[in-house]
Amino acid sequence: MNKQKYMTINGEMVAFGDEKNILEVVRKAGIDIPTLCYYSDLSIYGACRMCIVEDERGGIMTSCSTPPKDGMTIFTNTPKLNKHRRLILKMLLSSHCRECTTCVHSGNCSLQILANRFGITDVKFDKSGKAFKDEYKIDLSSKSIKRDPNKCILCGDCVRVCSETQNVGAIDFANRGWNLEVTTAFHEPLSATECVNCGQCVSVCPTAALTVKPEFDKAWDAIHDKTKRTIVQVAPAVRVALGEMFEMETGNVMPLINAALRKMGFDEVYDTSFSADLTVIEESEELLRKLRQGEKLPLFSSCCPGWVSYAENRHPDLLPQLSTCKSPMEMFSSVVKEDAVLNPQLQLDPREPYVVAVMPCTAKKYEAARDELALEGQPRTDLVLTTKELAMMIRQAGIRFNELAPEAHDLLFGMYSGAGVLFGVTGGVTEAVIRRLIADKSNRSMNNTQFLGVRGLEGVKELTVPYEGREIRIAIVSGLKNADTLIRKIKSGEIYYDFVEVMACPGGCINGGGQPIANLAGREERAEVLYADDRLSEVRHSEGNPQVKVAYDRIIKDQQHRLLHVHYGR
Amino acid sequence: MKILVGQGSCGIASGAKKTAAAFAEQIRAAEMDIPVDVTGCIGLCYLEPIVDIYDDNGQMTRYTKVTPDTAKLIFDAHIAGGVPYAPAVIPAAGQAFLDKQTRVVMKNCGAINPERIEDYIASGGYRALSKAMREMTPDQICDVVLGSDLRGRGGGGFPTGKKWVQVKRQSEPVKYVVCNADEGDPGAFMDRSIMEGDPHKMLEGMIIAGLATGAHTGYIYVRAEYPLAVHRLKIAIEQAKAHGYLGDRILGTDFSFDIHINLGAGAFVCGEGSALTASIEGQRGMPRVKPPRTVEKGLFEKPTVLNNVETFANVPEVILMGAEAFKSIGTPKNAGTKAFALTGNVNNTGLIEVPMGTTLRSVIFDIGGGVKNGKKLKAVQIGGPSGGCLTEAHLDLPLDFDSLEKVGAMIGSGGLVVMDEDTCMVSIARFFMNFTQEESCGKCVPCREGTHIMLELLDDIVEARGTRQTIETLLDLGDTICATALCGLGKTAPNPVISTITQFKDEYLAHVVDGVCPTGQCQAYRKYVVDEDRCVGCGLCRKACPVHAISGGTKRAHKIDTQICIKCNSCVGACKFDAIQIL
Repeated sequence: MNKQKYMTINGEMVAFGDEKNILEVVRKAGIDIPTLCYYSDLSIYGACRMCIVEDERGGIMTSCSTPPKDGMTIFTNTPKLNKHRRLILKMLLSSHCRECTTCVHSGNCSLQILANRFGITDVKFDKSGKAFKDEYKIDLSSKSIKRDPNKCILCGDCVRVCSETQNVGAIDFANRGWNLEVTTAFHEPLSATECVNCGQCVSVCPTAALTVKPEFDKAWDAIHDKTKRTIVQVAPAVRVALGEMFEMETGNVMPLINAALRKMGFDEVYDTSFSADLTVIEESEELLRKLRQGEKLPLFSSCCPGWVSYAENRHPDLLPQLSTCKSPMEMFSSVVKEDAVLNPQLQLDPREPYVVAVMPCTAKKYEAARDELALEGQPRTDLVLTTKELAMMIRQAGIRFNELAPEAHDLLFGMYSGAGVLFGVTGGVTEAVIRRLIADKSNRSMNNTQFLGVRGLEGVKELTVPYEGREIRIAIVSGLKNADTLIRKIKSGEIYYDFVEVMACPGGCINGGGQPIANLAGREERAEVLYADDRLSEVRHSEGNPQVKVAYDRIIKDQQHRLLHVHYGR
Repeated sequence: MKILVGQGSCGIASGAKKTAAAFAEQIRAAEMDIPVDVTGCIGLCYLEPIVDIYDDNGQMTRYTKVTPDTAKLIFDAHIAGGVPYAPAVIPAAGQAFLDKQTRVVMKNCGAINPERIEDYIASGGYRALSKAMREMTPDQICDVVLGSDLRGRGGGGFPTGKKWVQVKRQSEPVKYVVCNADEGDPGAFMDRSIMEGDPHKMLEGMIIAGLATGAHTGYIYVRAEYPLAVHRLKIAIEQAKAHGYLGDRILGTDFSFDIHINLGAGAFVCGEGSALTASIEGQRGMPRVKPPRTVEKGLFEKPTVLNNVETFANVPEVILMGAEAFKSIGTPKNAGTKAFALTGNVNNTGLIEVPMGTTLRSVIFDIGGGVKNGKKLKAVQIGGPSGGCLTEAHLDLPLDFDSLEKVGAMIGSGGLVVMDEDTCMVSIARFFMNFTQEESCGKCVPCREGTHIMLELLDDIVEARGTRQTIETLLDLGDTICATALCGLGKTAPNPVISTITQFKDEYLAHVVDGVCPTGQCQAYRKYVVDEDRCVGCGLCRKACPVHAISGGTKRAHKIDTQICIKCNSCVGACKFDAIQIL
């Protein structure tokens, strides 16, 4: 057995194991070391220099980039470190936009929090005036992301997540020294780049240089518009993260969301998990048809709009292998609006249906506006709000979220199976499809699907499921870099799969760009909450959802193709 | 008989090509058969173009400042007449400049044709490689380099042998040798001179490094602003391949080594090891955090020997001489010679090579011929933008890594800028700070923001807005930048400021407290007044003044309104009676 290793932090012995750097050990010791550029998921960049520690000889090193050594002695809070940190903060503030009161990240900005924590009341180095002029143009070209370089502190987090995690590289550094900036190639608008709108850059941005393009004003307008019947659908992953924005422990706050949405004035409150059940049924059919007819496989899932964009940009040859199923959000909007036309009761309602989707995702804003998904020239989803925007609206309405009494969804589009709610986490689509395929639909059998290798937040998972005398080979991948690596292997013939589930964000929608940021442990907690929601559902497989049958019989009928399917890249 | 015309970039810039053409023309006209050959730079910048004429008995006469017209006179007197042309023969000071040096690394520069491998071989070239291949094991090569105390000449002074051993030790089979030829310090040009004057020497050093560490590929990262160096390196690589010193199965052994040239696009920061390797890889040239170090994960994440041109050029000498003989040059722990680029207010400017530990006095007065125009020595800036200032008090300081570090300076790449009593030290500090802040890659906060703020503060002092507090803040910022910047360039960026404040505090205080620039260099502190006794009232200054700051009637003494005056100096130029005084 290896000897336990220790280091001394501020005079106290701290045991450590395989931590990559001193910073992780210091955090384990209960000390919050300041940093603006460290994320355990990304490569170590070492640009902000705030995480410095001092050794016993007075030497200064950045804790993010120094591996711990047995017997090492460090200090995290000395007069010297304090002086350097304060001065570094002042340096940063000397070029950073000072409009805190009107900033969307006020109160939630890492730079502001550190400036407060270190008692910076006077920046002193304002001579250049950079902090008071909007030198850079704000880029509003993207459907999902607002880019304000005036608020950028050049920590490089967005650049790294975009290239390292997502293999997209839509943004990078340009120029040097004091003129350094994060920008697109040739300063093109973000919408003209290969950006897939995944919003991972927004998640990691410590300031408001990259934010979700805010659209809550449109939601309020619709709510207060008497000619509109406002219908809101909430995606599975939203319920596991919204509570965190109200200082609640990670947990399922869907009943509170229902209550809040009604209080805000939405007319009907539904759940996207309902239409996820439709997706499961359609996608399973598609897979079985392709298997039967010997069509080219694997079939790739297509409910993630970030992945769809990535495939269009980088692997257009794979588009025929993308599932033609619309995403649950789009299936929902299609069916709900179709219902407004067909339903005799609703025909009497003079109000125009207006569908708002609350999503953990920034790319859904882009998806909703895609021409391919419009029917009769009109988008079916009228507005997409992210989890973070919903939290802002709840605050704006003055609702004390954590004090609300839980409420249920409306029917019929509020009922869902446990399989549907699994869509919020990587592997969930696959697990739901497997539940559709297996013969034994008992709840005990449904409990057992979790052991097939579908769960866990690893970037790539592989499994084999027996089906009617043959084996279906499946891969589950999240994070576009992982997806790209897998696709190259598939293309080279190195590996073969029948079905590949792809989610752009690492861990799936629970870690979407519209969610509050979570580290790996936080993501695992969120996944567990979704699994619990599944366990507590009366119905655990999609075709068992009684309202799904109602929807097929009454609304979809023979319009499956028009309402539930789409062809990208044509 | 043979004529050698020094044609490094410096010689060519002084007109050496025309001089060479003039000789060729004369020889052709006289129907003689005398070769006019090319050689590199011998380092006597201030005496270029330089021509060496070898008589048939081997006697060499060196001529300096040879214009095409002088070439004609030399031809008539020396080549046709057999009598050296005395007026153009190298002056005594120039000869002393050369005699007082110890040229080991640059001994071939200015002596052989760098575009002909035969010249290099004839001067003992590739004998070290042959010795290393046939008589030594890789371990023995490392041992000799380690034992020689050879330290990196790029500025860090890290023991070269130690680096090689560390790379050799790595289990990864693919390793690289990288030569840093991105010489970016303002005023330093020894690496260029070596590449232009004796490119094979550094190639030989790189091949030996490959042999010692088990690398089979080398890269030379050379700045694109050195086209002649690149040209001669390419020729050298081709010739070395043709002669079996480079490429597959070198000298018939199992060892193969290839060298690629990468052009740097002119970023100072790409001289930093990890930024340099990133740049070769096609990435943005930005330093990364260490560990891992370059010897573990360097170019393409493989173990990499990264040394600069001068270091590699030392290697063949180390191998041939042996560790002990090499150590006999220089001082303990600072073995061998060092090339310095001697510039500024010194009589003999140029490139010199002296044993490590030579005193500053010897360099400036014996070799450099003292301060120009008989002025007093004020300071010497050593080590470029990362270095510091030395003063008269340091004249007997040995120039080596350790002694300089003790006084807050560094050898750096070996730039020596001599400054006389008329130099304003605040302006000098500002000059270097401007350089580093423009060349900062921008990655880490202290360097990106901090150097810019320091420059603003220096501007305040130079432009007469500074206070005592400005000086304190400069030191404060300098302290934090030195302690917290990511790479060596950032950590050393405040050095010129800190060192001038330390050595010349009074001069700073004169600016901010007394409102005077003691050397009169800072324009903002100048005051223009009319000497009423001298002024005849001609009105020329009044007409010359672009901002109408001067008033006065005909034949009456004029007056300058200092509130309006922009200190443009126009009146000084216009006045025929020296009546405008600058206070």
